[in-house]
Amino acid sequence: MTDEQRRGTKLGVGERRTVVAGIGALAWVVGLLWIFPVAWTVLTSFKTEEDASAQTLHQGLSFGRYSDVSHSTTGTLSLQSAFTNSLVVVAVSTVIVLLLALPAAYALAIRPVHKWRDVLFFFISTKFLPVVASIFPIYVYAQKWNLIGTRTVLIILYIAINLPLAVWMLRSFFREVPRELIEAAEIDGTNLFNQLRSVILPIAAPGIAATALLCVIFAWNEYFYALQLNFANGSTMPQWVTSNVSTRGNFLAKLSAASTIACLPVVLAGWAAQKRMIRGLSMGALK
Amino acid sequence: MTATAADATLARGKVGDPFSSAWRRRLPLLPALLYVVAVTQLPFLVSIYYSLTNLKDKTQSLIPEPTKFVGFENYRRIFSDPFFRQAMWTSVKMTVLSVVLSLIIGTLFAILLDRKFFGQGFIRTLLITPFLLMPVVAALIWKQQMFSSLFGVLNKVLNFLGFNSVAFISDHPLSSIVTVLVWQWTPFMMLIVLAGLQSQPSDVLEAANVDGANGFGIFRQLTLPHLRPYLELGALLGAIFIVQAFDAIDVMTGGGPGSTNIPYYVYQESIGGGFRYGSASAYAIVVVIFSIIIATFALRVLSSLFKDEEPA
Repeated sequence: MTDEQRRGTKLGVGERRTVVAGIGALAWVVGLLWIFPVAWTVLTSFKTEEDASAQTLHQGLSFGRYSDVSHSTTGTLSLQSAFTNSLVVVAVSTVIVLLLALPAAYALAIRPVHKWRDVLFFFISTKFLPVVASIFPIYVYAQKWNLIGTRTVLIILYIAINLPLAVWMLRSFFREVPRELIEAAEIDGTNLFNQLRSVILPIAAPGIAATALLCVIFAWNEYFYALQLNFANGSTMPQWVTSNVSTRGNFLAKLSAASTIACLPVVLAGWAAQKRMIRGLSMGALK
Repeated sequence: MTATAADATLARGKVGDPFSSAWRRRLPLLPALLYVVAVTQLPFLVSIYYSLTNLKDKTQSLIPEPTKFVGFENYRRIFSDPFFRQAMWTSVKMTVLSVVLSLIIGTLFAILLDRKFFGQGFIRTLLITPFLLMPVVAALIWKQQMFSSLFGVLNKVLNFLGFNSVAFISDHPLSSIVTVLVWQWTPFMMLIVLAGLQSQPSDVLEAANVDGANGFGIFRQLTLPHLRPYLELGALLGAIFIVQAFDAIDVMTGGGPGSTNIPYYVYQESIGGGFRYGSASAYAIVVVIFSIIIATFALRVLSSLFKDEEPA
């Protein structure tokens, strides 16, 4: 390292302020560049198709493309049915995940079973199995039981995708419930259900909300199973977005509008929960 | 905390007695455990069985072969299949490039965000947004808006600067897909590294500052060793998701030389058009073996982060 570089990293009082301002400016530039493709897509969604394909802006902005994509031609997957399918599949799978994961997290964090660590690592190891390795048997049995094209098959699979994650996250939140409160409830002879309801849930509520939110995000964005097992009219939002890519005529503005509609719920939810998201993404290892 | 010896014996209980304390403890765990076993482990066992047969879709051939047990024949054929080798190599390149690049950029972003500046929360919100997008939408945005040779913003910029247009996706399929994956996964790495930076005890940093250590020295000798488990965690969790990348490939190139990774190849060989379920299952099992190797490292890192945590 040369002397000049060394002086550059060791700062005087006056220098520090300019460097801090410089870092702030750099962060702004980086942040705006990173979001550019998203911002550009949102802008395009308000343009006319001619403007969108030429990347110009002569004909003004309007909500026209949003109304175009919400009125689909007959025979294709409509926004209304894709949205309803997504909503039902995401809501039902998330509720069942919580119903299964809450007692499991209790048995791993508050009154842990013998070898709780092994059980915890078994849960997470199932996330490491590539989905392609089991898609064919799932397909065969879904066909056998007439589940292809139904919401049920997606609900079953999304529970399996999110359950390990939820168990890990909830366990890490449950560990923060003060022992004294649980012991007091035990001395009073409160059963598991009432312990969960009156002692643990109120304290862990923000954590449970964050867990539910992460399950919602993953289920909402899932594409592979929806594509393989639930094509055509029974399918979900990711399928609907891709159905707006057309081989004839301009579609860029409509595709942008569809992308914006499809992503908005989850992006808003993610923004709201960003402070807690890190725990879920690191499988509960980081706070 | 209160894990006394008496508690431990209680936890073990009398095996086999359904009313013992140990079984009462296990009961709340069982529904979730059984569900996960049924939906994730059983299909996998069926896959192993299929991989030992010559199962094909009967409607796809003129003279259907009867399904029979072929032993390890499918596995023997894997290593002489040039397409499988190519897909394997693509998988390695795609995963390593995406993980390393998103980790480096994510660390740089985390260092920026670790300082206080005007609009810090807003910029962090902007930066995490790509990670929240549907992978399908992220891939479509880049394909149709950024990379496209007809409408693409990148080619507009290149032309404006006096360069010729580039057919990004058809000429550079792998780099195009890696760009999208890095764009989406950098925020993930950033959040993990940021958690690491913020857990660094400030008194050590202050002491180093008082001792006259320079910024780079502090970073290299104190911050980087402290960040190591976080970087490992980010790399391994990222690798586990990125090695399974499907959506971006399906949307951007639909497979093809240079962009078909192993999951996509398995898909093409089976329900994606090949209908050779027996051999496709064998490929899938090979993918699982590789995933287990990565996962073993991932679990080791995770459990090292849990080391200081006592059972409650």
